[in-house]
Amino acid sequence: MEIRMVNLTKIFTSKNRKEVHAVDHVDLTIPAGKLIGLLGPSGCGKSTTLYLIAGLLKQNEGQIYFGDDEVSEMPPEKRGIGLVFQNYALYPHFTVRENILFPLQNLRVPKEEAKQRTYEMAKLVGLEEMLDRKPKELSGGQQQRVAIARALVKKPRVLLLDEPLSNLDARLRLQTREEIKRIQRETGITTVFVTHDQEEAMSISDEIVVMKDGVIQQKGHPQDVYDHPDNLFVAKFLGSPQINVFDASIENKKVVIDGMPVGDTELPDQKLIVGIRPEGFAVDKTKKSPLKFEIDLVETIGRDTTLVIEVTAEESSLLDKKTFKAIVEAENRIQPKDVVHFIVKPEKMHLFDLQGKRL
Amino acid sequence: METKNNWKAWLYLAPMLLLMSVFTFYPLFNAFIISFYKGYRPLNGTIEGYTLLENYLVILNRPQFWVAMKNTFVITFVSVPISIIVSLLIAVALKSIPKFSKIFQTIFFLPYVTNSIAVGMTFAVIFSRDYGFVNVVLGWFGIDAIDWIGGTSNWWSQMAALLVFVIWESLAFKILVFTSGMQNIDKQYYDAAKIDSASKWTVFRRITVPLLSPIILYISITSMIGALKSYNSVIGLFGAKMGSPADSMMTVVAFVYRYREKFASKGYYSYAAAAAIILFLITLVFSLIQSAVSKKRIHY
Repeated sequence: MEIRMVNLTKIFTSKNRKEVHAVDHVDLTIPAGKLIGLLGPSGCGKSTTLYLIAGLLKQNEGQIYFGDDEVSEMPPEKRGIGLVFQNYALYPHFTVRENILFPLQNLRVPKEEAKQRTYEMAKLVGLEEMLDRKPKELSGGQQQRVAIARALVKKPRVLLLDEPLSNLDARLRLQTREEIKRIQRETGITTVFVTHDQEEAMSISDEIVVMKDGVIQQKGHPQDVYDHPDNLFVAKFLGSPQINVFDASIENKKVVIDGMPVGDTELPDQKLIVGIRPEGFAVDKTKKSPLKFEIDLVETIGRDTTLVIEVTAEESSLLDKKTFKAIVEAENRIQPKDVVHFIVKPEKMHLFDLQGKRL
Repeated sequence: METKNNWKAWLYLAPMLLLMSVFTFYPLFNAFIISFYKGYRPLNGTIEGYTLLENYLVILNRPQFWVAMKNTFVITFVSVPISIIVSLLIAVALKSIPKFSKIFQTIFFLPYVTNSIAVGMTFAVIFSRDYGFVNVVLGWFGIDAIDWIGGTSNWWSQMAALLVFVIWESLAFKILVFTSGMQNIDKQYYDAAKIDSASKWTVFRRITVPLLSPIILYISITSMIGALKSYNSVIGLFGAKMGSPADSMMTVVAFVYRYREKFASKGYYSYAAAAAIILFLITLVFSLIQSAVSKKRIHY
């Protein structure tokens, strides 16, 4: 089921009567049968968007459509959604079975069928052995799966997940996100999930939507968004370690940082901001490249090496921070205090104007 | 660590323990002892010996004691369940009208801060035969004036009036506790229930009540104990005569008080003590039964 939001706006009024546009005239179409990650820092409006789709919040403006069906004015229970809450909201006094059964009982599904569907759902999430346990007897990951089963058992048109992995520890998080992907594939249900963790969103989404201040910054396939960020915010938000951002200028079709040319461009001379991904640096073994730095710290993790470089110049060209990172192949065997010549891979270098818009 | 600092814990508890020993443990213990005295005269402190059961048997053979027992039990087992159900419903209703809930909360809490003797007098007026509000309303429906609590009234009408008063008076505290209990229930359960298409009644029955069950247990035990000790509501509504004919509406505590009043007569002090101990044991037994039953039915 395709989800379409048109001009969707949600305004919250705070106690001192200040209006906050949590979702600001959002137009967004979520294709049917895909897993979509709504991504952004806290307060960007991603959860609000999710709750607007769910109907637990009411928009101030705009419409929401599921396929051709307008649901803007429908109460949540009529919309045919399954929602998994951040802390799962499993009823603590019900067993797993009763939790999954609860929506079906409310919909007056015949007993035998309800029983059958509950078992099928438990099986889908791999908890058919746990049906008689109470939620508190389950691990966080298992609780999460019960919540997904409860959301899916009534065969909703759309599955919504609010920060599905934030309450899990690191190992379980990896496991569960693959589990979510698998369940989504098996059921083919249009799924929207909210997260502030870019890695999480990138790893399992068919498409990501990056939001900031209630406005959509960019939407697309995770790799495309990573490779072609529309603005500095998106460039900085995606990728770990973060993209390195420099004050730079264009002089005679060359991009120059601290007097050192790092690449070519067709753009006219101007001041600008350059973002270079850490993996965008390569070691120039011929030592001819004019871009050279002294290395301060070396972090080796086997496959590759992270170099930490402190920029000591009085007026640092580096924005926000004092150091930047470069990730190079481990075989270079670089030591602290080495002076290394770098080449910048052109496709890993992004040029933005001073307002942060892609050039 | 624990054993070392034990004396500190005792030190902090000392003031409370001291007060409780003087005003709770000693009187309780003393009442127990007095209930075994024979021919006790509190005026000069003389006794004629000890007896194990005589005072208890005297009490149990007084018809007046059984009147008091009957009244106490009716008050307890009618007013406690009704007031719990009504206050739960009011608390839920308050929650669903967030706009005015503060005002209503205040209104519903007013009885709690009002003197129950004064409220009782008000109820006595409301239930009076000639100009009482209840009879006025009944009059609109063509029903003849009933003497609820006056000289010609019977036990049933007096008990009905008393129960209305007792229930009304006990609502305030329960509503307060239930509303604050409900505020502690995660709102997401209600959002989840909404998405799961649960009706309001289902939400109340299957989510609110079970999640409130520890608080409902607490309230039912404390208010049952309170109801078993009813006394001021009777005085408030009927005055010192305690019903018509006199003493027909008395409770066990009132019975104890009546007998204690006759302390000048030999032995009455011990009868009162015996009645108090009987009430104490009844209260204890009911509390234990209740918490044992509830342990099986409460989910935390």
